[in-house]
Amino acid sequence: MAATLEFTKRPKVISALADSLTMIKRSSTHIIRNTDQLLGTFFQPIMFLVLFTAVFAGAVGLALPPSVPYINFLMAGIIIQTVAFGSTTTAVAVCYDLKKGIIDRFRSLPMSSSAVLTGHVVSDVFRNTISTTVMLLAGLLFGFRPSASFFEWLGIAGIIVLFTLAFSWLAAIMGVLAKSVEGVQWMTFIIIFPLTFASSAFVPAESMSGWLRPFAENQPLTHIIEAIRALMIGTPVGDHVFWAVVWCVGILVVSVPIASILFRRKTTN
Amino acid sequence: MPQKDAIVIKNLKKSYGKTEVLKGVNLRVPRGSMVALLGPNGAGKTTTVRILSTLLKFNSGDVKIEGHDVATEQDAVRLAIGLTGQSAAVDELLTGRENLVMMGKLYRLTTKSAKARAEELLQQFDLVDAANRPLKTYSGGMRRRLDLAVSLIATPPIIFLDEPTTGLDPRSRMAMWDIITELKKQGTTILLTTQYLEEADQLADRIVVIDGGKVIAEGTAKELKAKIGNDRLELTFATHKAFDEATKILGKTVVDSSEKDKTVTALIKDTDKDVEKVLSIIHKAKLKIEAMAIHKPTLDDVFLSVTGKTKKGAK
Repeated sequence: MAATLEFTKRPKVISALADSLTMIKRSSTHIIRNTDQLLGTFFQPIMFLVLFTAVFAGAVGLALPPSVPYINFLMAGIIIQTVAFGSTTTAVAVCYDLKKGIIDRFRSLPMSSSAVLTGHVVSDVFRNTISTTVMLLAGLLFGFRPSASFFEWLGIAGIIVLFTLAFSWLAAIMGVLAKSVEGVQWMTFIIIFPLTFASSAFVPAESMSGWLRPFAENQPLTHIIEAIRALMIGTPVGDHVFWAVVWCVGILVVSVPIASILFRRKTTN
Repeated sequence: MPQKDAIVIKNLKKSYGKTEVLKGVNLRVPRGSMVALLGPNGAGKTTTVRILSTLLKFNSGDVKIEGHDVATEQDAVRLAIGLTGQSAAVDELLTGRENLVMMGKLYRLTTKSAKARAEELLQQFDLVDAANRPLKTYSGGMRRRLDLAVSLIATPPIIFLDEPTTGLDPRSRMAMWDIITELKKQGTTILLTTQYLEEADQLADRIVVIDGGKVIAEGTAKELKAKIGNDRLELTFATHKAFDEATKILGKTVVDSSEKDKTVTALIKDTDKDVEKVLSIIHKAKLKIEAMAIHKPTLDDVFLSVTGKTKKGAK
């Protein structure tokens, strides 16, 4: 045997961080290597943007103030919808890891086990950054005219990142709990579909029917969408930013430990 | 003072619900040796390896690796071991090189060391040409080789090989055997599980036969074969008449006979002399032999005799 090997000597916390970085690199490489998924990352947002503008602009436009073109209204909603659906990637990736032999390898290494989850979640942030940028550029092309200042854009980016982290950690829980990759897609779909459509993503919540309206007006996605919308095109901001941050942080506080504990439990028995 | 045994298992018990999978397994693997855990599917081989590699909790018993308790000193154990499981534990989307470097870092190697060691292993396992290709393009044999290379990234002193050649074609299996033999030469302690008797016979210093969660026999291949006893001489006769007569003449030495095949099997103690003796008796009686074969006891025989299963059942 040739070279003598050098081992790192670091405190446990630093090692755990280094493990997370290694796993973030792994999951981020997956974004580029997984060509099918890459196609989705680029084209799905553009497709939704074009489709929704074409389908809803006429009908929904009537419910909006005449000064607000539908695409300006839609942009915040469609970004959050894309991010929410994108979190399925984390769920699938976690589930896939657990089903394959690679989890045994990770478990038999002296590494921090939740780094596997961190890797998938953080790479979701990267992927969503690409998707959102693509969508904003396409939006500009189709007539989207934001009024946000530099600091408002920073706020928007902050909320989107926070929301991505929150939803991807939630998705990680589903990935751990699901029995199969097909199953995990259904689980996330059943939760994400109603949440995004029964929100102010595509139509104003005030225009919804009786029983749905109170839910649509107060659920977390509406707050998050309205917060971004307010910053983006200058609609009344109200308490939406506050609730958006509270919801995201709340979800994170609950979902990170739950996902980590479930993951550890699943991999030790 | 380092202890002599790298792996010590005492009275290991494990059950899933009410199903007892391990019923008190005892096992020692001396440092620098290779022990094969031989048994049929469901014998408890993989369960044992998973417990040894800290992947599985157990109900009772004492399991130590390099003196570290598997239940309480997991990090120390994990630094000492490398595991190659039944399904290749590699990342399909990363390249061979990326897999090696990533696992090296997770093994706590410095980035520089991980990279240097990755190159060394790619060379050693004949994977240099494929180093920059994602794993999903690898063949089964290449994948197993990379998987084993990954287990060796931090040169752990102990390696677990859980059925390393199951599902490989003969050529890939031979390549894997060469690599394993080379590892052993370098002084790595190896615990190998296999359902192939030939594999255990070829590679291991000692063989532990396990069935139904218990060790039912152990020793060197030679010792185990000796337990089964002597060589056998198998004679097939041309006619039923000759078969009947030969059975009569040979008397006590016949251990098996098949009327349908006209075959008589005689036990012989001293192969050189006894074969001659038997043949001269047959010759004197003017019985015509159609075919003749000498059978050395194989591990198959050992296995079948200790597990008490019929040949059909075991294969």
